[in-house]
Amino acid sequence: MSIKHKAYVAGVFEHPTRKADQQSLAQLHAESARGALEDAGLARADVDGYFCAGDAPGLGGLSMADYMGLRLRHIDTTETGGSSYVIHVAHAAEAIAAGKCNVALITLAGRPRAEGVATGTAPRNYGAAAPDVAFEFPFGPTVVNQYAMAAMRHMHEYGTTSAQLAWIKVAASHHAQHNPHALLRDVVTVEDVVGSPIIADPLHRLDCCVITDGGGAIIVTRPEIARSLKRPLVPVLGAGEAVKHQMGGKVDLTYTGARWSGPAAFAEAGVTPTDVKYVSIYDSFTITVLITLEDLGFCAKGQGGKFVADGALISGAGRLPFNTDGGGLCNNHPANRGGLTKVVEAVRQLRGEAHPRVQVRNCDVALAHGTGGSLGTRHGSATLIMGRQ
Amino acid sequence: MASDRVIPPPPTSPETQPFWEAAGQGKLLLKRCTGCGELHHYPRAICPFCGSDRTEWTEATGRATVYSFSVFRRTPTPYAIAYVTLAEGPTMMTNIVDCDLDAIRIGQPVRVVFKPTDGGPSVPMFSPV
Repeated sequence: MSIKHKAYVAGVFEHPTRKADQQSLAQLHAESARGALEDAGLARADVDGYFCAGDAPGLGGLSMADYMGLRLRHIDTTETGGSSYVIHVAHAAEAIAAGKCNVALITLAGRPRAEGVATGTAPRNYGAAAPDVAFEFPFGPTVVNQYAMAAMRHMHEYGTTSAQLAWIKVAASHHAQHNPHALLRDVVTVEDVVGSPIIADPLHRLDCCVITDGGGAIIVTRPEIARSLKRPLVPVLGAGEAVKHQMGGKVDLTYTGARWSGPAAFAEAGVTPTDVKYVSIYDSFTITVLITLEDLGFCAKGQGGKFVADGALISGAGRLPFNTDGGGLCNNHPANRGGLTKVVEAVRQLRGEAHPRVQVRNCDVALAHGTGGSLGTRHGSATLIMGRQ
Repeated sequence: MASDRVIPPPPTSPETQPFWEAAGQGKLLLKRCTGCGELHHYPRAICPFCGSDRTEWTEATGRATVYSFSVFRRTPTPYAIAYVTLAEGPTMMTNIVDCDLDAIRIGQPVRVVFKPTDGGPSVPMFSPV
């Protein structure tokens, strides 16, 4: 069974805050849910399916259903880090196609800035029972130095340069200047990026995404309900998910799980990369975008550096407009999990509701891709292709 | 140098205890599956390649080459995280130590050295040959 045209994204919301000193975590989830329901033109009582991930407080879906007063007949707390919410859209479409729910709500929220979390630069430890921790944590794996090892290997094998990676940030900054909510709105140059301090060789400060508080929410519903609403119709066309890891010691940092999730999504949607008018690509770091674009088939393996250079990702100027909200690199990376906002901007593009300066003309097929965990160790990859009717 | 950094102790378990005891004697152990013959790391009771529970410990030579690395600069004591590919095949996460961090290169031959941790067993790091 395919999910193609079986479910529609009817509501999206990106919380406008970037620093939430006054809101609780549960409140941010609920405010985001309200925003997405209002966007769709649906009521809280219409929600019968709920999806959240590891950022939800307490007992996750149970605590949030309690806080929001939801009456549910379907719940899914699939946790694949920042890619979770892209997978949630696909799982919601599956649940709707199977008749398990009619209106699915997906929420994300976090407040790492208000809590003063050293997000990317403190070694991460998922607890002593995580089977990898004893063999990794003593060596000081931070988020940034793990991704940096992927970048270093890509440079070694394919000659990718820091300047090529910098073009990804440059493109994001060109888009962010038009987003009044973006954390970083200044347009930067390649020289700005490669001249910014090294955090972990070869990644500079400006190769890294922002740290922001906030959240977002998505409403997925059945075709009949979507058609009854006063919003542009955005059908789910196809999706793919994959987990990539160290493969028992056969480590290869030159590719991601997008190598598997991408072809699955394209096959289900019945489209190819050349049909895609806009992409939201998870951009925790510049290298994340470059390797993902290769793995999704937008260019050959190893050619990502050449592909992204010279403004190729800038809307209106380049061949493949990406992250027109400014992405995680400039706009927003709420809860250190960027998958949900990737879907939100893709839906804006398909509806024609992106900022006029970055709106892609005739945007009828868009792709959103999430990466959760770490390219340097283990990660979830999720590809979602949506259309317009 | 990484050896100046306080190394957090690895949490140990019965499943991995032989690895840490050997590390204390300066030996690097790998797991080999007698079902499929594959070596793997990090060590598991159950082979990640074939699912067999017939895994056994085997001693590695400690010779390796640098697969990738990154010097983390945003800390008072910069250190080099790395993946090294052992002569026996598996690639493992580690630190490159006792060297000029700016001279580390992918493909460089390295050899295991064991470094003390803060109250736990020693851990395998690597230094240039």
